[in-house]
Amino acid sequence: MKIVVCVKQVPDTKGGVQFNPDGTLNRAAMLAIMNPDDKAGLEAALRLKDQYGAEVTVVTMGLPKASDVLREALAMGADKAILVTDRVLGGADTWATSSTLAAAIRNLEYDLIITGRQAIDGDTAQVGPQISEHLDIPVISYAQDIKIEDGHVIVERQFEDRYHVLKAQMPCLITALSELNEPRYMTPGGIFDACEAEITTWGRADLKDLDDANIGLAGSPTKIAKASDKVRKGAGEKVTLDPEESVVYLMGKLAEKHII
Amino acid sequence: MNLEEYKGVYVFAEQVDNKLSGIAFELLGKAKDLAGDLDTYVAAVVIGSEIKGLADELAAHGAEKVIVVDDPELKVYRTEPYAHALSEVINKYKPEIMLVGATAIGRDLGPRVSARVATGLTADCTQLEIGDFPINPVAGKEQKHNQLLMTRPAFGGNTIATIACPDNRPQMATVRPGVMQKIDKIEGAKAEVEEFNPGFTPDNKYVEIMDVVKAVSETVDIMDAKILVSGGRGVGSPENFRILEELAEALGGEVSCSRAVVDNGWKPKDLQVGQTGKTVRPQVYFAIGISGAIQHVAGMEEADVIIAINKDETAPIFDVADYGIVGDLNKIVPELTKQIKAAAISK
Repeated sequence: MKIVVCVKQVPDTKGGVQFNPDGTLNRAAMLAIMNPDDKAGLEAALRLKDQYGAEVTVVTMGLPKASDVLREALAMGADKAILVTDRVLGGADTWATSSTLAAAIRNLEYDLIITGRQAIDGDTAQVGPQISEHLDIPVISYAQDIKIEDGHVIVERQFEDRYHVLKAQMPCLITALSELNEPRYMTPGGIFDACEAEITTWGRADLKDLDDANIGLAGSPTKIAKASDKVRKGAGEKVTLDPEESVVYLMGKLAEKHII
Repeated sequence: MNLEEYKGVYVFAEQVDNKLSGIAFELLGKAKDLAGDLDTYVAAVVIGSEIKGLADELAAHGAEKVIVVDDPELKVYRTEPYAHALSEVINKYKPEIMLVGATAIGRDLGPRVSARVATGLTADCTQLEIGDFPINPVAGKEQKHNQLLMTRPAFGGNTIATIACPDNRPQMATVRPGVMQKIDKIEGAKAEVEEFNPGFTPDNKYVEIMDVVKAVSETVDIMDAKILVSGGRGVGSPENFRILEELAEALGGEVSCSRAVVDNGWKPKDLQVGQTGKTVRPQVYFAIGISGAIQHVAGMEEADVIIAINKDETAPIFDVADYGIVGDLNKIVPELTKQIKAAAISK
């Protein structure tokens, strides 16, 4: 079985969000990490590899420094890594990103493609389903469990108040929730090997069946009209009182607001 | 693509078990505003099996036209037949704007459809308006009028981006549930109903549904609650949520929780507030033992009054709380419940 996992390098917004004194996001102070949902997707691929035997190829599109997440993936146990990088691909929205990644994946053999549900920087959750559309294969998003049976993939697909157990033909694309699993750590030997490992680098010329009208900033149907840091609601009153006084204080506020 | 051919503000009216989801009505409410600004009409697209009866309810919430795609293949949501249905509706009716709820269904369907009809899609919008693109004139660049300006949080809620889709149609957006307002029901309203069936032939993209497992939960939808008593990791244990439940009961509210609580298995996912849970805007939101990570705050900061109780005085929840108490929830919450009950009796 051959599995392709799409991963993205993102700034770590979870838990460690840093602000400048003027209230803007301090990106320099934030680490670049492998997107958490993608890491769960990679872990799911590695578990399928452990269980059934599979070749796991990780693909990322980004700046040359995005190769860091590919080395991390190799150190976790992925077999091959591909970096798609080219200046003409920059500024892409989800349409252009998914078109580009689909064009890269057309060069590969695959039974399964796994992406994360969403990246924590863009938060769109669009790229996985759009890749599947470009490749004309089924998609199952929001996977909370993945199994292989009789050459089919069986996935628990999460909804708000239920889940569906779905069976799909392969090849198929699955988007993984971070709740899917607890990703494994890199091994020391794996890190050593990953530093030495060769990362295949593809540019625009290596991408298959891709129109120049569908890449980069110019090939993005959506355009940013305005971006700004969020104006946060100001803090109200904060009091430190003993428990009895706290209750008196709260009762007063609840009465004042006609809640009680 | 002749952009002039595209008319109307369309809403994907999500239904589950042949019952319309609340998001369908929220989207219709917003669509009415947008259609007013554009001097066009509002249409709802409802996809399913045996669903013709839903048209009047959509009309009562503002739909002037209802397009019904009814086929046995559409009984339970699956990506492919639904994507086929909505794409064919777009190809036939050519809407100017297509709104989809940012639910588990909408966030799956939206990108698949946008890729199929080759247009832009903005995810999880919290604000929509009609305006110019570019917003301010730029020398040498045509300023287009009557564009849909789609505003959405990104970076886990740290930044706000406004996005346009000037050269492709329809302009598609998924919209976060709980943000847009329904209109007051128009009793007896009727819409022009059109049945449209593009034909469904299963192919390799049709998945098979082996089982549908509903979470056993008798709780009401936290998005409808006027008062929410929400607990986080600081509550300490599932058993200890009892004191929050008692407070909620005394106030006539409901209990909700943070993601940490769901991850620990203390409460079901449908009670989770935040970026990956639900967006709520109750009149009062109690954040008890919740640190206030940005992902949580994104789901509750529109509450009218936020009351935080936390023993850590540096917890970020205090940055958004109207009233913050630094203290032990185990001592404060039960006493507060007691006094609220006493106050109710004495009234």
